[in-house]
Amino acid sequence: MKPEMNHKLHFRTAVYQTPFHPRTSALNVLNEWHRWKDYTTADAYFDETLEYAAIRNACAVFDLTPMTKHRITGPDALAFLNRLVTRDVAKIKPGRVGYCVWCDDNGQVIDDGTIFHLRPGDYRLCSQERQLDWLARSARGFDVSIVEDTHDVAALAFQGPTTCAVLKKMGLAGVEKLTPFGIGFFPFAGGELMVSRTGFTGDLGYELWIEPGRALALWDALFAAGADHGIRPMGTHALEVSRIEAGFVQAGVDFLPADAAVRIDRTRSPFELDLGRLVDFTKPVFTGRRALLEEQRRGSRYRLVKLDVEGNKLARSSYIYDRARNVVGTVTSAVWSPAAKTNIALASLKMPWGRPGDELWAEIYYQRELQWAKVMARCRVIEGAFFDPPRRRATPPADF
Amino acid sequence: MTDVQPANKRRDDKVVIIGAGHNGLVCAAYLARAGREVVVLEAAAQPGGAAVTREFAPGFRVSACAHLLYLLDAQVSRDLALESHGLKMARSNLRTVALAADGGHIVHAGGKVESGPVSPADRAALADYHARLQRFARVMGKQHNRRPPRIGGGDRSDLLGAALLGLDIRLLGRDDMREFLRIAGINVYDVLEETFESPLLKGTLALDAVLGTNLGPRSNNSVLTLLHRMSGTAGGDYGAVALPAGGMGTVTAALAAAAQKSGATLRCSSPVARITLEGDRVSGVQLESGETIAAGTVVSNADPARTLLQLLGARHLETGFAERVRHIRSRGTAAKLHLALDGLPEFTGLDGALLGERLVIAPDPVYVEHAFDHSKYGTASPEPVLEIVMPSVHDRSFSPQGKHVLSAIVQYAPHDAGAGADARRGEFLERILGVLGKYSPGLRRQIVATELLLPADIEREFRITGGHWHHGELALDRFLMLRPVPGAAQYAMPLDGLYLCGAGCHPGGGVMGSAGGNAARAVLAAGSTA
Repeated sequence: MKPEMNHKLHFRTAVYQTPFHPRTSALNVLNEWHRWKDYTTADAYFDETLEYAAIRNACAVFDLTPMTKHRITGPDALAFLNRLVTRDVAKIKPGRVGYCVWCDDNGQVIDDGTIFHLRPGDYRLCSQERQLDWLARSARGFDVSIVEDTHDVAALAFQGPTTCAVLKKMGLAGVEKLTPFGIGFFPFAGGELMVSRTGFTGDLGYELWIEPGRALALWDALFAAGADHGIRPMGTHALEVSRIEAGFVQAGVDFLPADAAVRIDRTRSPFELDLGRLVDFTKPVFTGRRALLEEQRRGSRYRLVKLDVEGNKLARSSYIYDRARNVVGTVTSAVWSPAAKTNIALASLKMPWGRPGDELWAEIYYQRELQWAKVMARCRVIEGAFFDPPRRRATPPADF
Repeated sequence: MTDVQPANKRRDDKVVIIGAGHNGLVCAAYLARAGREVVVLEAAAQPGGAAVTREFAPGFRVSACAHLLYLLDAQVSRDLALESHGLKMARSNLRTVALAADGGHIVHAGGKVESGPVSPADRAALADYHARLQRFARVMGKQHNRRPPRIGGGDRSDLLGAALLGLDIRLLGRDDMREFLRIAGINVYDVLEETFESPLLKGTLALDAVLGTNLGPRSNNSVLTLLHRMSGTAGGDYGAVALPAGGMGTVTAALAAAAQKSGATLRCSSPVARITLEGDRVSGVQLESGETIAAGTVVSNADPARTLLQLLGARHLETGFAERVRHIRSRGTAAKLHLALDGLPEFTGLDGALLGERLVIAPDPVYVEHAFDHSKYGTASPEPVLEIVMPSVHDRSFSPQGKHVLSAIVQYAPHDAGAGADARRGEFLERILGVLGKYSPGLRRQIVATELLLPADIEREFRITGGHWHHGELALDRFLMLRPVPGAAQYAMPLDGLYLCGAGCHPGGGVMGSAGGNAARAVLAAGSTA
């Protein structure tokens, strides 16, 4: 851990820089930054459209270090995780990663994240929000050690069709054998580089995990190897486009973390986020199980759907109406999808709305030279992903 | 999506009850009478839990924890025919003697001052105060045998329950209802200050409110605990106290006899190590001996924290619920003092005929509050408050001929003696004897044997978390539908087949039996719909 993060004068450092900052700051010609979990993070480096294009057509590097990370070990690590999250963690074998959500007792999603089964009994849990308090409370009665090591692990998301070729060129022998959600360890610069075939873009891609002291060496090696493969840095704006295209939900955007909600109807269950596949009732206990069983019996209140929105106006935060002009929900994320070449949105609709074929309308307000205009755009419910290229799953990935 | 697994079929009709305290026995009796196969498992060698009579010195016996009866549920007594099983009172409607070091004692009972330096205004005020509290206590008492309503569930019986509670309060009439709602959540000190003049009278009445709680007279909720204490009629009337013949052990012996006569099996010296599970429901218990007993229903008379966090384990509960249980406040502050005496003691200025009454050392409410102050920081009161009874005055079975037994509840004791417990016990005993010596200078010379049970000892001997006799603080945030914790106030726990039946549930502690009866009804209702 960096000394200033441990020190009693830590509060004098308002915003941290990641170990990659010397490189990211040099590349950030737009000088556009925001604060992500107390780290300064690039919104965009040179052109968000081109950065997005790198994700889909070459390869792009995103500084993932601020992602909240926990190391979970001890004899009860598996039992603890299984009681925490809704899916069966026993099915995540060593060397594998699993996407998961966890709920409060009411079966409402607190956060989502990924569980990395690094080595037998040794787990990393990444979360979107800070979770140490909930994890500590959930750990009572378990012989488990939970350490938040966000600051101790530098991480890059490396996404796009040429990523595998670049990693091979970097000397990571056998990296092409990693299947989606696989983890590999590679010697690097006298240490160990962990590579997982994971990401937030819905494309072929990897995430690279290394101790902070070797972060710059990793960055340099990656950019050297990627020079002929179109490597670019990417900021959060480009990532956001690919995230919505992939249909991934984001805490605080597509759902309100249950522990942050004041109004009881503002939260969502996994079923209501179209994540029912992550709920495994064969487990005898996990937090939220009883409420989710009850929800299955009674029916859910909401449904998260993917919408293809007519026209080219973004349906950002739009109300969704039925044919009779009743409000049946709201858009949570919206973007023009360059990959699907259509106007897309994620929306949370009241049941029973959101069935394929439902007639739905988005009320879109937009500005044209400072003057507001409104359009009602027809929406079509999409089943499956907006964009789901075969290269996302191909093993070994082709060299592009 | 994974399909929901159908709930495991009820393995059999059998019910295991953990703990043969009064509530466990009441629950067993009702379930057995309804035809259920019931086994009651008791860790101690005899049934009774914290309502037992046992020897503490050769030839000297005493009610080892609870020593007065006032809340025993009338319906339970009737249903289980406890009198026919040997329950009778040595004395009902005991007087209270507020001891004064100078001999100016106040003797009162049922709101009437019988003797002592009390002004006419205070006498009138006491009659008025007592009658009003009795009316309030009666409303509280009416809730004892009702399942607390679940709020927001929309269930018809829950709505009815909530409506009945509201109706009971409304039927007090306008003035009483306003007064009830005004004082129910506040502290007894303020109420006493606005009602009485005499410090001694106020001190004694303050003690009634805080006995067995981790509250001082100035703590909020101390009117609620007073009303709770007054909400039964087993002592003779609302707020009255009685001494059962043979001590509190007679009450539980009668309950054990009633349960066994109904067909329940009682197994003593059978401490339960853990509650066993099969999938997502209870499958029985495992004893410390290793023996397992299969049962589709497990009802625990142990306190909620012990049942859910120790016998079951937090890992088998959902996080939020386990956290709520962990936050149950169960810091016991009441110690129990037993003195074997070689004769009847003398208290300065006290008629010997009054030695069989309830003697109270709480000279004024500030004294009680100061005694409490120390408990906040985990230390013992330098000058504790005492509630004293001498059962041997009424009942020769307690001591050898010519000898006597003094039983006292002493507050406030250090709740966690930890290391150096014996030294702290000795130190606290000295303080208690010092206080007693101010009222009975010759007492110390009459002592043949002593036993002082600190909360930690009570926790150990009676297996009650924190040694708290309510199995968790009784307060507005832990009352009715909030007891023991919100979302689990109807005896069924959020684990299929597991129930609580003890004082940790509505309506709370004191030797009542209401929780046991209510839990039995919850088990039977679940069985009828399974």
